[in-house]
Amino acid sequence: MYYNEMIEEGAVRAPYAMLSDWVETMPAEIRQMKQAEAEALFRRIGITFAVYGEGGDPDRLIPFDMMPRVFLQSEWRRLERGIKQRARALNAFLRDVYSRGEIVRAGRIPARLVYQNEAYEKAVVGIVPPRGVFSHIVGIDIVRTGRDDFFVLEDNCRTPSGVSYMLENREIMMRMFPGLFRNNRIEPVDQYPELLRRTLASVAPAKCEGTPTVVILTPGHFNSAYYEHSFLANLMGVELVEGSDLFVDGGFVYMRTTQGPKRVDVIYRRIDDPFLDPLCFRKDSMLGVPGLMDVYRSGGVSIASAPGAGVADDKAVYTYVPEMVRFYLGEEPLLQNVHTWTLWKDDDYRYVMENLKDLVVKEVHGSGGYGMLIGPKASKAEIEEFALRIKANPGNYIAQPTLALSTSPTFVDEGIAPRHVDLRPYCLCGDRVELVPGGLTRVALREGSLVVNSSQGGGVKDTWVLTE
Amino acid sequence: MKLKILHETSYSYDTPVEALVQSLRLTPSAFEGQRVGEWVISVSGGQRGAAFRDGAGDWIEAWTVRGPVDVVTVSIAGVIETRDTAGVLRGHRESVNPLVYLRDTPATASDEALQTLADSVEGEDALDLAHRLAAAVNEAIEFVEGATEASTSAAEALELGQGVCQDHAHALIACARARGLPARYVSGYLHSTEDGKPHDAAHAWAEIHVGSLGWVGFDAANACCPDERYVRLGSGLDAQDAAPVRGMAFGISVESLDVRVHVEEVQQ
Repeated sequence: MYYNEMIEEGAVRAPYAMLSDWVETMPAEIRQMKQAEAEALFRRIGITFAVYGEGGDPDRLIPFDMMPRVFLQSEWRRLERGIKQRARALNAFLRDVYSRGEIVRAGRIPARLVYQNEAYEKAVVGIVPPRGVFSHIVGIDIVRTGRDDFFVLEDNCRTPSGVSYMLENREIMMRMFPGLFRNNRIEPVDQYPELLRRTLASVAPAKCEGTPTVVILTPGHFNSAYYEHSFLANLMGVELVEGSDLFVDGGFVYMRTTQGPKRVDVIYRRIDDPFLDPLCFRKDSMLGVPGLMDVYRSGGVSIASAPGAGVADDKAVYTYVPEMVRFYLGEEPLLQNVHTWTLWKDDDYRYVMENLKDLVVKEVHGSGGYGMLIGPKASKAEIEEFALRIKANPGNYIAQPTLALSTSPTFVDEGIAPRHVDLRPYCLCGDRVELVPGGLTRVALREGSLVVNSSQGGGVKDTWVLTE
Repeated sequence: MKLKILHETSYSYDTPVEALVQSLRLTPSAFEGQRVGEWVISVSGGQRGAAFRDGAGDWIEAWTVRGPVDVVTVSIAGVIETRDTAGVLRGHRESVNPLVYLRDTPATASDEALQTLADSVEGEDALDLAHRLAAAVNEAIEFVEGATEASTSAAEALELGQGVCQDHAHALIACARARGLPARYVSGYLHSTEDGKPHDAAHAWAEIHVGSLGWVGFDAANACCPDERYVRLGSGLDAQDAAPVRGMAFGISVESLDVRVHVEEVQQ
């Protein structure tokens, strides 16, 4: 059975009471008109299909569902504590594995998973970034299976995308249905860009003189998330730059401007590690800034997230995050992991191979719903083919039970119907750890589908947190 | 041994370039086998930027040159006292976990032939195994200059059966990793080869991590361990990662390179 976030024991739950009336009293033609209006708005602002680096047709609109997903204040407070706790633990882990590696020495996580991880950057060893923060924006994907049951599906410590959808979804809802926002007390999310700017400014290097200069470094307009890069730069009031707009001179990074070179203190990069600096990583990269890493390593500039932050967020390391919470914070994890079988362990391997038809199997470094097997939805031939791939390299896979994702009411042709959802909140880590009340809700629009990825028929919704 | 080192690299551009950025790993490592005396790095028309010791223990200096410029010369002039530590990198301060050096790169990726070569020897312990692997690589790849290029991988060099010190180092690293031993590439200078003939080029060899001793150098090209004739500069996963000079010029221009390395013994 799936947990229905709107209806419990035949009655509409409190957070959805008002929306339930709103839906029932909305004539069908108004609904269609509004849906068309929403689409036109999305198309006009140019936000198209590109969430979480999933690729796909860059000009396709990601479907927007007008029915918001709603959390009670009390539900959110619990989630918030769990998310912040997890973000603190992930950063503590990154600080540790790039210095003494106490958690490895203590035998709490296998050394191999850390030091032989392809995301582990040797060039970062020994560096303590300002305020000890490696991952400044932590995206934590959460699923719900019961009224009080929330689980973390995965962590994103590098450059989680999708926050522009959180902001645009709200903006469009407010524009189309101002009455809803008058009649409901909904926590705002539009402070996110300012909080992000403050977070980034708070991790400026000690060598920074005066007000920190923050920039967003994008791979360019051909990148599927370019819209988000320019959107955030606009809202934060900072420059959007490409690698060729920056240069290194005498121990600092500068940006070319019409008024001459301007020193840059914090780079929010939306470029992957291997492309950041051809003098340190891939030497054929034209996207980065030659010499950037030497400046970074000597404390002349801050990079968010730090190169090498990805070692904390692959699907193998994921299984140890609850252990990180205990080890570094001395607390019990408030948010639980989904039970995960790691196929490099013999017992787990045996169990998984015998139960493929009931499980979801994922590549350790995969993302976006690719390279995975959804047992209950797969044909016998697909399962057999996938089993061969696992056999060839068991260490590359983990398995999880098929989760009973909760449903949220979603507009369909006949009115509203339950559809499965997940949630990605964006936790900001700088001098403080902060979280705006909301996030990006993804919804599987196809009836019965549990796959919320936009590349596979998923859409997005506005996410509300009600004030008390 | 007291060695005087002169190392000059000139970059010439057929049309002047706007700027040049370099990351230099051209300062000898600090460990029991080396005591650095006077050591001067200069870059013509350049400005020294970041300078720091990294987690692997290497001293790195970043230099930038503002153009337009058509010739840039990087010069090293220094004196160093070396001591034979039987190849053992004793007293070297570094914090990178050795397991990091089990990771493959395209240049050091193993293939069937490398795996077979790695499996062709047995050792009583890790150190013995490392020695035998170095000997096996020396046997398998003949020292021939000009047979390979900077981009030749360990697998390609082994297939060819010929190569230079870079290829020997890459092949040994691949074999060691294939046997579960962390291994890395070391760049540096060599005073003379075993036969006493002067050797005027920069040199490279491998280091293998053997439990009790830590990092130990192996020069498979010369079938020996580094001694007082060797000057260690820095290390990496492969030649590119350990390169003494990584740089980039801004501008559309053809670069030509002139390198002179001179290592001589100073009589005390």
